[in-house]
Amino acid sequence: MVLIYASSPEGQLKKTAFEAVTYGYKVAQSLGAEAVALTIGNVDNAGVLGQYGASKVINVPAGGFDSGVYANIIAQAAEKTGANVVVMADDSTGKSLLGRVAVRMDAGSVSGVKSLPDTANGFSVEKNVFSGKAIASYNISSANKVVSVTGNTFPPEVVGADVAVEDGGITAPESRITVKEVSTVKGTVPLPEAELVVSAGRGVKDPGNWGIIEELADILGATTACSRPVADVGWRPHHEHVGQTGVAIRPNLYIAIGISGAIQHLAGVNQSKTIVVINKDPEAPFFKAADYGIVGDLFEVVPRLTEAIKKHKG
Amino acid sequence: MKLLVCVSKTPDTTTKIAFTGDNTALDTQGVQYIMNPYDEWYALVRALELKEAAGGTVTIINVGAASNDTVIRKGLAIGADDAIRVDAEGGSAYFVAKQIAEQAKAGGYDMVFFGKETIDYNGSQIGSMVAEMLDMPFVSYATKMDVSGNTATISRDIEGGQEVVELSTPFALSAAKGLAEQRIPNMRGIMMAKRKPLNVVPAVAVDEKVSIVSYALPPAKSDCRYIDAESMDELVELLHSEAKVI
Ligand SMILES: Cc1cc2nc3c(=O)[nH]c(=O)nc-3n(C[C@H](O)[C@H](O)[C@H](O)COP(=O)(O)OP(=O)(O)OC[C@H]3O[C@@H](n4cnc5c(N)ncnc54)[C@H](O)[C@@H]3O)c2cc1C
Repeated sequence: MVLIYASSPEGQLKKTAFEAVTYGYKVAQSLGAEAVALTIGNVDNAGVLGQYGASKVINVPAGGFDSGVYANIIAQAAEKTGANVVVMADDSTGKSLLGRVAVRMDAGSVSGVKSLPDTANGFSVEKNVFSGKAIASYNISSANKVVSVTGNTFPPEVVGADVAVEDGGITAPESRITVKEVSTVKGTVPLPEAELVVSAGRGVKDPGNWGIIEELADILGATTACSRPVADVGWRPHHEHVGQTGVAIRPNLYIAIGISGAIQHLAGVNQSKTIVVINKDPEAPFFKAADYGIVGDLFEVVPRLTEAIKKHKG
Repeated sequence: MKLLVCVSKTPDTTTKIAFTGDNTALDTQGVQYIMNPYDEWYALVRALELKEAAGGTVTIINVGAASNDTVIRKGLAIGADDAIRVDAEGGSAYFVAKQIAEQAKAGGYDMVFFGKETIDYNGSQIGSMVAEMLDMPFVSYATKMDVSGNTATISRDIEGGQEVVELSTPFALSAAKGLAEQRIPNMRGIMMAKRKPLNVVPAVAVDEKVSIVSYALPPAKSDCRYIDAESMDELVELLHSEAKVI
């Protein structure tokens, strides 16, 4: 049995959760097992996880996020369902939970996997290491296994219909953490989940110049991001900072505008499927990592690109 | 307050990665090592600030061989009071977590600090493992922490925003950008570090459950295709029909 913990930020199941269930369903198929999904807290429409392959959904009531409480619930659910493989997303909840669940279940664990397990001899999964500069193949030899799945790697696949949501007879232990406040940007897709990202750096020169960047993002339906110095001086909010010290992303399209392409910046974006670089310096290191490059002044090129996309969407 | 900061040694961010032994081991030739930046800049410095404000001790712990002592001495130079090195060649996240938990149990710490991840294996697992082994609450990706008495208010990074939580000691946390500002060790710190205690303790045995079988380099990126700055229609067409991303 494969158990998938589907995270539900602010009560909503999102693409990240559907990706985890899709992955878990595929693992279950390769093991000839069933996939059961688990949600925790108040969740809208948890039965929808059946569409991605869960044969049933267990929901356990609990308060705000506390890794100790949630790990306890996940381990209980694994025991009740007889699951020896637990799958979750490598998102902010997964990063707090994976190790805890592994310890509770006496399981081997790998975070941020990007391949389905090779079960030909054992159970091995691939993961990016050295900030995307290499790929390591990990073998898990214990009976119980816990993995978290890299985002935007296994697109959600609809294979079934909604299923019933059961309560599973699991009680949450008492929490030692009080969640006082959750504040997230509304109206745009959060960066780690975004498929299209428009990012800008010091080349934009002044926070007042960001209008052209936002216009391009708007017309594309993209999320905006920035390089570290731009967030450091407060031109852009901290949560937009991508790279080694910021958010690591892997969108389908990353447009880098006025960013030089320092190795620490690339570490957070080099997994993007397609990279477009706009820079006036033909020697900018970012061009080495680019699929498409435009050498030119961003203040001319970006508005032109926005117009071209308008025309295309036409 | 008794504070424990877990620090690891990682290859410098600009290291060129290569492998030896039929792609089963990292080629360490010419690799420059540093203290993992999240451990050094954010976790260690926030712990030192708390000590400066309210008294107490800051102990750093590392699991590794004697060659890690330079990184540990740097932590002492920045201001930690003493250090523990669990003598081992390293191992899985679980192995390292087990060693840290073993020492932390004996020390009775109020807070155990980690970096949000190491920049080599990017695992982000050890903090949550140690928290579970010690039965402590754990807050990951902390970007701000205020402490009053034994209560802490912590902001942490979540997708597209922040979450603010409150909890009491003892607890564990992992540090992200924002939690503190990097400190450069000064001459006095470096001199004093030489005399601070660095206790080397043996590792406990662990049954490994996970191992790295092999490494590979990512497939080479195809060359950049340059598009004339006047021809944005062409770029849009390529993104649509060739890259299929819009
Ligand atoms: C340990 C460590 C961690 C780090 N982590 C990160 C991280 O997570 N993320 C990150 O981004 N950085 C990080 N950095 C910093 C990184 O090394 C670079 O300094 C930073 O990415 C540079 O930002 P930038 O490209 O916006 O600015 P710059 O390097 O100043 O580049 C600006 C670019 O804009 C171009 N430009 C200027 N004007 C125009 C114009 N009119 N039209 C077109 N192009 C123009 C220039 O040619 C130049 O290439 C880290 C550094 C260290 C040491």
